[in-house]
Amino acid sequence: MSKTFRIGGIHPHDNKISVNAAIENFPVMERAYISMSQHLGAPAEPVVAKGDKVKTGQLIAKANGFISANIHSSVSGTVNSIEMLPDLAGNLVQHVVVNVEGDEWMESIDRTPEINRVIKDSPQDIIAKIAECGVVGLGGAAFPTHIKLSPPPGKKAEFLLVNGAECEPYLTSDYRIMLENTEEILIGVKLMMSALGVKRAYLGIEENKPQAIKKMKEIASKGYQEIKIVSLKKRYPQGGEKQLIDAITGRQVPSMGLPIDVGVVVQNVGTALAVYEAVQKNKPLFEGVVTVTGKCMPEQRNFRMRVGTTFESMIFAVGGFPKDAEKLVSGGPMMGKAVSRIEAASVKSTSALLLLTEEETKRGEEANCIRCAKCVDACPMGLEPYLLNRLSRANRIEDLEANMVHDCIECGSCLYVCPADIPLLDTIRLSKTKVLKIIRSRPKK
Amino acid sequence: MKKLIVSPAPHLHGNESTKSLMRDVIIALVPSLLVSVYFFGFSAIKLALVGVATAVAVEYVIQRYIVKSKITVNDYSAALTGLLLSLNLPPNSPWWIMFIGSVVAIGIAKMTFGGVGQNLFNPALVGRVFLLVSFPVIMTDYSIPTSWFREGIDASSGATALSIVKEGLAKGLTMDQIFSENNFSYAQMLFSKIGGSVGEVSALALILGFVYLLIRRVIRPHIPLAIIGTVLLFSGIFWLINPQMYADPLFNVLTGGILIGSIFMATDYVTSPMSKKGMVLYGVGIGIITMLIRYWGAYPEGISFAILIMNATVPLINMYMKPAKFGKEVKHG
Repeated sequence: MSKTFRIGGIHPHDNKISVNAAIENFPVMERAYISMSQHLGAPAEPVVAKGDKVKTGQLIAKANGFISANIHSSVSGTVNSIEMLPDLAGNLVQHVVVNVEGDEWMESIDRTPEINRVIKDSPQDIIAKIAECGVVGLGGAAFPTHIKLSPPPGKKAEFLLVNGAECEPYLTSDYRIMLENTEEILIGVKLMMSALGVKRAYLGIEENKPQAIKKMKEIASKGYQEIKIVSLKKRYPQGGEKQLIDAITGRQVPSMGLPIDVGVVVQNVGTALAVYEAVQKNKPLFEGVVTVTGKCMPEQRNFRMRVGTTFESMIFAVGGFPKDAEKLVSGGPMMGKAVSRIEAASVKSTSALLLLTEEETKRGEEANCIRCAKCVDACPMGLEPYLLNRLSRANRIEDLEANMVHDCIECGSCLYVCPADIPLLDTIRLSKTKVLKIIRSRPKK
Repeated sequence: MKKLIVSPAPHLHGNESTKSLMRDVIIALVPSLLVSVYFFGFSAIKLALVGVATAVAVEYVIQRYIVKSKITVNDYSAALTGLLLSLNLPPNSPWWIMFIGSVVAIGIAKMTFGGVGQNLFNPALVGRVFLLVSFPVIMTDYSIPTSWFREGIDASSGATALSIVKEGLAKGLTMDQIFSENNFSYAQMLFSKIGGSVGEVSALALILGFVYLLIRRVIRPHIPLAIIGTVLLFSGIFWLINPQMYADPLFNVLTGGILIGSIFMATDYVTSPMSKKGMVLYGVGIGIITMLIRYWGAYPEGISFAILIMNATVPLINMYMKPAKFGKEVKHG
């Protein structure tokens, strides 16, 4: 029996058209644009200067503050410049730009294909290596992994949940690594279990990926019995942290709470693979699998790609910019970000590049709310988007807080289902920011 | 360089629109419309045409010339109101009754509140009740017009089953006597042949429409099931107490607009609650008020009034019957 979360949810069309494309290595570009702000928290502090020679995997920026992460060069060559460049949304962010010369890796990285199954490191050493290698959550938020694996004092993790749901339409990068790097992921999960000191882990996969479930179960039965593979119903947003916890454990994270409040830590399968590579292979996080897809594209492929690759080069690798493509999305179509300039570069957590035609992405003209309650049915947090939209437009902050606008996970289900094309999430997102700011400004009890 | 569209997520949208939802409800009414045309011939076609045309025209004229707003008649909501109202009139109604009803439904009950989505009361029902209290003789004359296709229904059924029962009871007859005198049978009620408004001649056709709406996920089953369940329970209790004074539960559900009212009127998005809990409460309220009117009110039938009364409670229900919030049942820490 497949599990799922209990409140709301929608069933957008899968469109996983790149599902059968095996992972290929993306050619290293001429120049890498490496952002210093690839994670949640403070930007990293560059430790290289213009003109320095760097190797692939060499530390080029150190974590700056408690919530931050190290950044390593994804290429070898000479530092061309350290400058403020627009990121995919157009915000100016410090970048280290490296002119590529060959591809010389740090000697410390184990590049042999053999799977290293023996876990030698202590929990503390595992966390230290993860921090050293700059591993961040690859499910979207890019929260530094070593912090998530170190619960605050007084909080104890009981389970580790691993997210292999990949509930966003179009995306197939997690699916491909689950098929192609199955055992590495399971070892990564074991490493994180050891770091957390938990005895049990659950790896959830949606049932539209039967081959991944089969392969995971098969490998898990050979020495990874403490990791239970859970089949999940296909339903968006199954991969939302709170929804995944509800689906697998039946526990609900309280409002404003964290998974650790119900004894759970959630990590993505991509993160598990990065943890394996960091701890067992000494390989920092400087490349990842990116799905390059879209119905208007001549081909849809999955690439293992260096951080700092421009969207432009990805598009040209699959045949150029299609005439009818109007929107470029980094990530999935439900929660991904629209890219404003194709010269922007990928970051550690980039999971996909999706090109959509105007027809596919068009929103209809806003009409009156007919109170069909489809948004209420769709909201996975049990909120009332139609009401929050009205309150947001009237700027009724107190009523917004009373109606829990701060619980919104911005999954977009309400806007997706709305027959009147009301920009529900747009207005809710704005008022959520205001309400959260007020809540956080209050003195702590 | 090509200009890219930049807008916030989500970047995909579902295919449903107000138009597609309203169209689905109209499609769900097609079986009932066909049955009514079969039995009532030109009369049913005439009422439907006048109803739809008037409703659409009134909305257009008001939006174009009076409030000068965007024209929304192409979302089919006005057409649906006109069609629903036509199916709620006695089959022999004159065309001008239909015209007045549509003008009231759209002009007063819908457009004065601001058009689609803004009205508190179900427009088609406001139209129907307006006609019922203004033209009581015409609105309770259920005689059968001559059909093109066949010689009408049983000529005796010039009144609805509910009013026959109410009058019979007033004369001191028992339920058995009333049933045998009028040859009531469940087969009749299911397939046709029972006196009533245009759209309620066939329970089966209405249920077919209900199933279509459920499959297409246009409506949730909560409201219709709550109404029907309440009517069954309420009438069942009284029937068990005295089967000669009170008709049996199945009779109560299959007659007098319970089906068309609960499936097509009470589920109107605009005038029904948003949460599932609220929907159930709303349906139970409609069921109870309907039965109170049927048993002790002046009218033989009460679902129109019951729905309108409960329409008025919807804002209150929405305020207090909230959907279950995520994370509520778990204590912090």
